[in-house]
Amino acid sequence: MNWWQRLTRRNEMEAKLEKEMRFHLEQHADDLVARGVEPGEARRRARMALGGPEQVKEECRDARGTRWVEDFWQDLRFALRALRQEPGFAVVALLTLALGVGATTVMFTVVNGVLLKPLPYPEPGRLVAIHGKTAEWNVELFGEANVAYPDFLDCARTSQSLEMAAALFSGGTVSEPGQPEYVDLREISPDLFSVLQVPLLHGRGFLPEEDKIGGAPVAILGYSFWKRHSDGMADSLGSSITLDGKRYTVVGIAPEGFRLYGQEADVYSPLRQDTARFLQNREAHPLHVLARLRPGRTLGEAQAELVLIGRQLAEEYKDTNAGRTFTVNLLRPDVGEVRSILWLLLGAVGLVLLIACANVASLLLARAVSRERELAMRVALGATRWRLVRQCLTESAVLGICGGALGVLLAGVGIGPFIAFWPGELPRAEEVQLDWHVLLFAAGISILSGLLFGVAPALAPFKDLERTLRAGMRGIAGGSRRLHGVFVISEIALAIILLVSAGMLGRTLLLLSARDPGVDIRNVLVARVALSPATLVDPAKTRAAWNDVLERARRVPGVQSIATVDTFPMREGDNEQGYWTSADMPPPNKLPYALLTSVSPDYLKVMGIPLRRGRFFDDHDERTSTRVIVIDEVLAQNAFGSQDPVGKKLWIPEMGYDSNVFDIVGVVGHVRHWGLAGDDQAKIRAQIYYPFAQLPDSFLHRWSELTSIAVRTEIAPLGVVETLRNELKGAAGDQVLYEVRTMEQLARGSLAQQRFLLLLFGMFAGLALVLACIGIYGVLAYLTGQRVPEMGVRSALGASAGDVLWLVLRQSLEMILIGVALGAAGALAAGRVLQRLVEGMQPTAASSFAVMIPLLIGVALLASFVPARRASRVDPVIALRQD
Amino acid sequence: MGLNPKSDLPQGTLDLLILKVVALGPVHGYAIAQRLELVSKHVVQVPQGSLYPALHRLENRGLLSADRKETETGREAKFYRLTAKGRGQLETEAASWERLTEAVGLILKLSEGGAE
Repeated sequence: MNWWQRLTRRNEMEAKLEKEMRFHLEQHADDLVARGVEPGEARRRARMALGGPEQVKEECRDARGTRWVEDFWQDLRFALRALRQEPGFAVVALLTLALGVGATTVMFTVVNGVLLKPLPYPEPGRLVAIHGKTAEWNVELFGEANVAYPDFLDCARTSQSLEMAAALFSGGTVSEPGQPEYVDLREISPDLFSVLQVPLLHGRGFLPEEDKIGGAPVAILGYSFWKRHSDGMADSLGSSITLDGKRYTVVGIAPEGFRLYGQEADVYSPLRQDTARFLQNREAHPLHVLARLRPGRTLGEAQAELVLIGRQLAEEYKDTNAGRTFTVNLLRPDVGEVRSILWLLLGAVGLVLLIACANVASLLLARAVSRERELAMRVALGATRWRLVRQCLTESAVLGICGGALGVLLAGVGIGPFIAFWPGELPRAEEVQLDWHVLLFAAGISILSGLLFGVAPALAPFKDLERTLRAGMRGIAGGSRRLHGVFVISEIALAIILLVSAGMLGRTLLLLSARDPGVDIRNVLVARVALSPATLVDPAKTRAAWNDVLERARRVPGVQSIATVDTFPMREGDNEQGYWTSADMPPPNKLPYALLTSVSPDYLKVMGIPLRRGRFFDDHDERTSTRVIVIDEVLAQNAFGSQDPVGKKLWIPEMGYDSNVFDIVGVVGHVRHWGLAGDDQAKIRAQIYYPFAQLPDSFLHRWSELTSIAVRTEIAPLGVVETLRNELKGAAGDQVLYEVRTMEQLARGSLAQQRFLLLLFGMFAGLALVLACIGIYGVLAYLTGQRVPEMGVRSALGASAGDVLWLVLRQSLEMILIGVALGAAGALAAGRVLQRLVEGMQPTAASSFAVMIPLLIGVALLASFVPARRASRVDPVIALRQD
Repeated sequence: MGLNPKSDLPQGTLDLLILKVVALGPVHGYAIAQRLELVSKHVVQVPQGSLYPALHRLENRGLLSADRKETETGREAKFYRLTAKGRGQLETEAASWERLTEAVGLILKLSEGGAE
């Protein structure tokens, strides 16, 4: 019989064993009878010789090797029965664990989806990203540099180790089918989909002959865009869309959920059909380039090869490519600063789980101690200690697993709302799912926490068995009292860490919201405008179109003033340039940087930015007049100190104008461009405004794509949106308003992360506080229960109720204070971490401690008060009779 | 019984004895007990109670196999026989037992010599 049969045919085994024993006894008895022993006596002797049949059988069962499975099964049923017998304990323990495991699982699900999962393409480990690299480029300020189109073509043609593809982020207005709509456009090299190894849902990719200037205009549609419009298109493939006034034939549909650099685009078009001049130029670096390692090639080989190609290009095109080379790195999802926030939250939630474990451990311990005598009795009856420890561990494992299963259910329900609640957009949110990684994690932490809270209670009762047995009805809890103390202390310490962190976040949020954004955010609406594609072909028409937009908007009832602006506060885009106060300039990477914003004259009025000196722009600042700029007080202070900057000049070498010298005509107040939280620590804070009207013709097309309107309203700003939208449709009806928001929304959004963290930490801290209180209450109730006879003796000897109350409270206060001291040290460390990870985080202030510690001590004492009061009311007569 | 079997038989010896007895031909548990008692009378006490757990352990380890047959008295009993693996085990254990007793004997003689 094999192992499995021995386990499953248990009854058969038992019957056989029984038969064998009986045969032995009968045979022995027969032999004895044959030797003349009287039959009854013979049977007795035979049984004596064999020993107790049940003991023999039990040993035979042990010999089967399947014993531990049977024991486990037995322990399991026993554990479930024990839990059912004490529903109060079971509910508290299971809920505590479910909350701990559930919260941790939610956070891990997010961490897993956003940070740990590879990119959703086949063989993601062989995909690489290619960036430009020069000595002057400041990666820290600007991020990785992109690649020039001619450079990309040369690399793609020459490289032996990489299949390369490129994408240009762009946008346009689709006027047919349906209502005119601004769309997210990706101009891509024809092999992008094949490099990613992503098959199209329908149709085909771009052909090589379509990837050239004057090629047949073809487009691939993003899945969502296609779904939105599919009823408007009789047969999607072969039908056409009108993009920026040009008809494109639809040749393919991207698969559902296909994302490139984390975004799902609406339309893809062939890159080389774009005639824009910056694409022909090696000085502009607009392309995102990715590649797949060819079979058998390694990352190292690809890196070496591209450095070589970079060197050749630098030789060949000295004036544009000198000192420029390429880097090759594994393609990774770009999730920005979310990474640190997620780890932070996972850490915080881990603390909650630890508290939950400590809590359940102390509950279990209290229970284990009250079962001391049962266990001691079983040892006396022959159970081995290891067997009993195993049984206790099985019980806590059952608790852990049931609690964990509940927790996973909670997590499954909670993950959706959690993501919906995430401030702004959570990158890779579509990847956040409960998958087997998450289930494995949840199972792991459930079992681990089961062991964590199970080990101490399982080992505790065995220290002093004989004494327990002798102690009669009452267990002696001296040793476990210390252990209980450890649990209470650690719960308090962990709760303090979370409470103080929440307090620090709350204080930070208060301070940050009180900050002046530098603009009057009330009643300001901002929106992007996609001009009618027909007007973009000619600079004169473009200028006229913008003037027309301003004119029409001014006529809308409720609009007080309006201006155009390319990048507006609360980090909605930025254009960073180096500047200097004389023609004698240091090298580009040594220049101080400022944020440049092109605006129309009314911008100051719309945004309510105070004018400090000089003047702002007016209608006389035209294309042909002197080039003027207005600076903010930060730049004035940085560049000119106490001197008056008005009338001075500023050199902005990379501006791209024919002459890059500008007259400073005014100084305005500083605007917190990087948001209320981020601006004070931002690397680039100085600001320069320049008139939209003075932009050279060559800039107009690009700038028109970036420019928004800002509107100050007399009524609630969202009230004017519909009239504004209709009024600005333009002569052809294809001018679109999109990304409409109010400055108030943006300002709130700039603190969303802090608010979100405060909310979560507040929730965690509240949970920790409640758990810690349950823990303290449970432990004290248990400990004072143990001391009832002692209290009886004390009152009999003349202690007043107050004395006894104080006795119990003092015991609890001791634990609380030790916990607070440890927790305060932990909170200081946590404060450091928060300051590093959270933008605008204020340093740890005594006030956070001053508020939170008394709060915790108060609540903890309240939890101790109930058992203390009960102890103080003990009737000495009853207490002493208890034994 | 009252006697602790472990103090009577050196650890692992019972297994060796059982293997040896079973090696003589298929035999049931009671007969093994009888045979052991006969052979080892007045020298070692073989506790019947620990015989069956040992038999079952050896069966689980694949050293013995068992089937049910009728005895000469017409009762059905479980007969144990040695497997090939069991035979090998018996040989190695017997050899190591002999080596051990030889060594122990030598040491005992040595200490006698040392006492002179």
